[in-house]
Amino acid sequence: MQFDLEIKYPSEPLKCWAKGKELRDKYYQDYASAHDSGGIRWSGGAAGLESVMAGFGRDVYPLTGEPYGASIAFDRPFAAKCQAAAEEAGYPRDVCAYMRNYWGSKLLNSFAFGGAFPEPDLYWQFHSCCSHGKWYQEAARIEGKGRPVFVTDCAIGPYFKFNEKTGNYYAAPNENGIRYVVNQLHSHIEKIEKYLGRPYQDELLFEAADNQFANMTIWPEIFMLNKAIPAPLDQKSMFSLYVLGALNKASADFRAFYNELKDEVQDRVNRGIAAVPTERARVMDDIQPPWGFLKIFRHLENYGCVCIGSYYSASLMFAWDITEDGMLVPKKTPKQRGIEIKDRDTCLWHLADFLLSNLWFNNMQDNGLKAWGMKKMYEQWHCDGIMIHYNRGCEGLSMGVAEQRLYLAEHGIPVMSFEGNMGDAREFDEAETIKRIDTFMETLGLK
Amino acid sequence: MITVGVDVGAKKVKVVVLKDNQIVAKGSGLMEMDREKSIRDAFEDTLKTNGFKEKEIDYILATGAGAKSAVFAAKDTTLVTSIARGVHAIDPSIITIIDIGANDAMAIKCDGTGKVVDFAVNEKCAAGAGSFVEAMARAMEVSLEDFVTASLQSTKSIPINAQCVIFAESEVVSLIHEETARNDICRAVHDAMAGRISSMARRVRVEAPVTVTGGVAYNEGMLDSLKKELGMDFVRMENPEYIAAYGAALLAVDTLQKA
Ligand code: SF4
Repeated sequence: MQFDLEIKYPSEPLKCWAKGKELRDKYYQDYASAHDSGGIRWSGGAAGLESVMAGFGRDVYPLTGEPYGASIAFDRPFAAKCQAAAEEAGYPRDVCAYMRNYWGSKLLNSFAFGGAFPEPDLYWQFHSCCSHGKWYQEAARIEGKGRPVFVTDCAIGPYFKFNEKTGNYYAAPNENGIRYVVNQLHSHIEKIEKYLGRPYQDELLFEAADNQFANMTIWPEIFMLNKAIPAPLDQKSMFSLYVLGALNKASADFRAFYNELKDEVQDRVNRGIAAVPTERARVMDDIQPPWGFLKIFRHLENYGCVCIGSYYSASLMFAWDITEDGMLVPKKTPKQRGIEIKDRDTCLWHLADFLLSNLWFNNMQDNGLKAWGMKKMYEQWHCDGIMIHYNRGCEGLSMGVAEQRLYLAEHGIPVMSFEGNMGDAREFDEAETIKRIDTFMETLGLK
Repeated sequence: MITVGVDVGAKKVKVVVLKDNQIVAKGSGLMEMDREKSIRDAFEDTLKTNGFKEKEIDYILATGAGAKSAVFAAKDTTLVTSIARGVHAIDPSIITIIDIGANDAMAIKCDGTGKVVDFAVNEKCAAGAGSFVEAMARAMEVSLEDFVTASLQSTKSIPINAQCVIFAESEVVSLIHEETARNDICRAVHDAMAGRISSMARRVRVEAPVTVTGGVAYNEGMLDSLKKELGMDFVRMENPEYIAAYGAALLAVDTLQKA
C-alpha cells in the first residue's frame, strides 16, 4: 500500500472464485478431449451464437478465439513464442494480437492448456471487425486440411441511433438487417448438417438459446450491482468472471454459475462487503487491458481507488438496452418479455437480435455510441475518472478511441490514456503506464 | 519555513529552495550513471553554494522521471502536478502548459484555479523531446546554439517524415548529402518535433494562454516552429527549466501547511 489509508469497509474473497476458475479450465479440457468420445469441436469468434451450434448435439464443444488469445497473452513467455511463430510465418505485427496468439499456438502445435493444439472440425465466425473473417480462413489455411469456414456477415448498420433532441441513443433495430443475418443462419445450419452428417435438433437449439439469453443478461445484472458503494467487485476479478460469457454463452453450467455469482454479489452489497476496503474513488476503463499486466489495476488500490469495470467487461458478450431516459439496463430476454419460442426461425431471430444489439458490434458501425455509453456508465456507476487504453493490438474495438477520449474530456470527465497492446507485451511500457496512473490519481486529488 | 523541490530529469537534476514561499536558491547538476549520487551532489551543491544546511530544511519533495532515486526526499510527486503548481504560482491565468524536457514532452490543461483537468504525455519514444534535437545537432556536427541560430535563419520548410530518432537522423544525413541548406535542415528538425508535440498537445485541446516549460523552452528555434504549428504565441516564463522543481517546493509548503 502506497499510503496509509483508512480501512473503511469490510472485505472478503469471493466464495465462488475457485468454481469459476474450475469451469474455465473444464471448458478448455472438454474442447480438447471432445474427439475421445466422438464429439465435435468447432472454433470461431467469441462474439457469436454458440447456441446455434449446440443444436448439433450435446457433444459439440466450441473454442472461441479471443479469450483463447487473451489466455495466451496472460502467459507472457508463451505469448512471445506464439508471436514469434506468427511473425516467422509472415504475419505482420500490426494485425490483431489475439489472432497472432491463436495462429502462433496453432503453428507451434501447442495448446495453452496443455498438449498439442486440438484442431477443430469446422470454423464458424461472425464477421464484424475486418480481422474476424480472415482469422479463421487463415487458421484453416495454416491447418491445410480443407476444413470448412462459415462466415456470417453482420454489417447491417447500427442497432442504436442517436436522438438529437434527447441527446441519447435508443434501440432502432433494422428488421431487414436482422432477417439478412437469420437467413444466413438457416443456410449455415443446412450446410453444417450436410458437412457433419448429423441432423439438427431444434429442441437442443431452444434449450441452448434459453441459456444464451440468460447468460447474456445475468452478467449485466451482476454488473449493475457494482453501482453500490463500496463496489463489491473490482475490475481484475471481473476480467476472470466475465470471460465465461466469451467462452460459451449457451452453457447451462455457466448460467448456473452466473446465477450463483449474482446471489453472492447481491449478498456482498447487502452486507457492505468491498472489493477494495479503502475505497475512496472509483474509475472505469474502456477496452481490453494489456492482459500480461493486470497488476496495473491493483496499483490503483494504493490510492484507495477501485476500478468498477469497463465498457468492455460490462458489455463485450452481453446484452444491454437503453431506457427512454437514456439509462443503460440489462436487455430483457424473450422469456422476460413474454415471448415463447416454439420454432427455429423465431429462435434464430431473437438470437440475431441479441447479437446485433451488442454494444461492441455497434462500435464498428458507429463509434459515437461507445463514447456516449462510457459517459453513461461513468455517471450511473458513480465514477471519478476514466482510463482509456490506446490498444495497438485490436483494430475493431479501438475504433474511434481518440475521439471517445475527447468526447469524455469535453463533457468534463477526467480521463487519462495509456498506450499498450492487449496481447503483445512488446508494446506495453509498464513503468510509463504506472507513472501515468500516478499522475492521474494525483489529478483526481488522491494523494 | 524552508522547503526544497528536486526535479530529477533524464539529463539534469534541478533544485529549488524556498524560504517562506520565496525562491532563495536554485541549482542543477548533470545526471550521471550513478543516479543517487548525481541527485545528492546537485542537492548538496545547491545548498552549499547558497549557504544552507540540510538540517535547516523542513521538507524535501522530489519530482520527475527519476524522483524515486531522490532517496533523501520525504516524498515524491508527479511532474504534471509539480509543473501545474509552479506555473499557477507564477501566472494563474495559464490554461495550457506544454512541457518539453530531454526525454519527455507533455501537455497539461488547467482549469483556471490551477487544477489539472487533462494531460497528455508523449508515447514511449523521445523523438518529441529535447534529446531528439541534440541528436540531430550532433548529426549536423554543430553546437545546439548554432543549430538554433541556423534554424531561425531558414525561410523554407522541408518535411522530415520519420517518427523515430534513428530514422530521422538518416533523413537528416540524406538531406546533407543532397546539399540542402544547413539552415533549412535545422528548421526541418524543429518543425518535425513541433509537429509531434502539437499533435500530442491537441489531445488536451490547446487553449490560450499557453506557456512552454522545461529545458527545451530555451530553444528559440523550437519555440518558433511550435508557434507556427499551433498558430499562437506563448507566455514566457523565466527559468522555464526550474518550474517543476519550483512547483515541487511549493507542494512541499502545501503539505506542511496541511499537516
Ligand atoms: S475486434 Fe479486435 S480483438 Fe476482435 S478480431 Fe477484431 S482486432 Fe481482433
